[in-house]
Amino acid sequence: MIETINLFKDFGDLNVLQGITETINTGEVISIIGPSGSGKSTFLRCLNMLEVPTAGSVLFDGVDLTDPGTQIDLHRQKMGMVFQHFNVFPHLSVKENITLAPVLLKKRTQQEADDYASELLARVGLSDKAHEHPRRLSGGQKQRLAIVRALAMDPRVMLFDEPTSALDPEMVGEVLQVIKSLVKSGMTCIIVTHEMGFAREVSSRVFFMDEGIIAEQGSPTELFDHPQNPRTQAFLSRVLY
Amino acid sequence: MYTNFMPNTLRVLSRYGGLFLQGAGITLLLSAITVFFGAIFGSLLALMRRSRLGPVRWLATTYVEVVRGTPLLLQLYVFYFILPDLVRFISLSKFASVSIALIFNSAAYVCEIVRAGIAAVDPGQAEAARSLGLGARQTMARVVLPQAIKNILPALGNEFVTVIKETSLASVFFVGDLMTQYNIVKGSMHLVIEPLMIVGVVYFVLTFVLSKLIARYERRLKASD
Repeated sequence: MIETINLFKDFGDLNVLQGITETINTGEVISIIGPSGSGKSTFLRCLNMLEVPTAGSVLFDGVDLTDPGTQIDLHRQKMGMVFQHFNVFPHLSVKENITLAPVLLKKRTQQEADDYASELLARVGLSDKAHEHPRRLSGGQKQRLAIVRALAMDPRVMLFDEPTSALDPEMVGEVLQVIKSLVKSGMTCIIVTHEMGFAREVSSRVFFMDEGIIAEQGSPTELFDHPQNPRTQAFLSRVLY
Repeated sequence: MYTNFMPNTLRVLSRYGGLFLQGAGITLLLSAITVFFGAIFGSLLALMRRSRLGPVRWLATTYVEVVRGTPLLLQLYVFYFILPDLVRFISLSKFASVSIALIFNSAAYVCEIVRAGIAAVDPGQAEAARSLGLGARQTMARVVLPQAIKNILPALGNEFVTVIKETSLASVFFVGDLMTQYNIVKGSMHLVIEPLMIVGVVYFVLTFVLSKLIARYERRLKASD
């Protein structure tokens, strides 16, 4: 579904991504772990071109997203994204947050979008908040809203950029629960995370990134229980105490 | 020397009170026209500064820098003397020339207000909108601007306060504003300090009341965040 070919990204003198070639298939659940500054988020943001790679290409269903002739907006509609800081729209109600894109992009009529928003809100336990403003939501509720806002476009893949890193500890669970149910429904997910237990539980494959490359990857058992790369071992010994 | 200050002031007020009120009206009118059209042209300039085309950006930036880097009085003179030559087919009144000069001046400042207002919106908002598939324009119109407006409106109010004070420079051309009335009264009554103080109080009341209103409005905007 998504293929990166020799992906490089520089920020000035900083070489954040140093050549990533990888294929992610439909139905896979990929967790990306690694020390901060290793390029995890940048890699994720390159997949929907929020960051434009310095070199290399990103193929989404065979279409090269790095080609300037590609209509990136059309492809982004099929790639949902959830951010560390939620980025819900504060000037819109909870329901309007969800219906804005589908209606504006003529994917659904207002009526269809409203109905679907109600259904999505029910699924994440926010039905009673539909007409509230996001400022009245807790962090966990905001993130659940951000997830269903992305789902309202019926994406084929969901990108999660540290979805629980900005949350108070007691709210991490409710957000992970929503992601888990999404995984169970068969959604292709790519998740940058520091939640090792969660990564082990939901992933079909785990990428360990370090210094701009995928230093090691494998099934959760392989990567967490039998890491081969000394850098993976060092990282895991630091985060798993 | 100023023992007669109070009686003189009362004399000036009783004879020319209406003139000062009229002047305050014209000052307010001139300021309102300036800020209204300044806001329109300033917003256009701000959009130009975000353009993808280099020359468009360059033009707008140069304009803003030149206007902000030269004195308003100089700009008033330039417009006053050059504009009638440029548009010979219509006869521009003094008031119109001065208004246009003030508008051109204010537009540069409004441009910076709009730009700052847009820049103050969390970039994550635009990223979220783009990640949903919204185009650059849709993102600007439906996500960024509605939030930027909360930063822009109070700043525009403050620009209005600034312009009220700056219009006093237009009195050089006797356009009937508050400061012009001071010059008239000064000439006819041979008094300087008294009319000056009256005019000063009127300016202060105008700007003080307006500033307080803006501050209250700003608090209400904040409360709705």
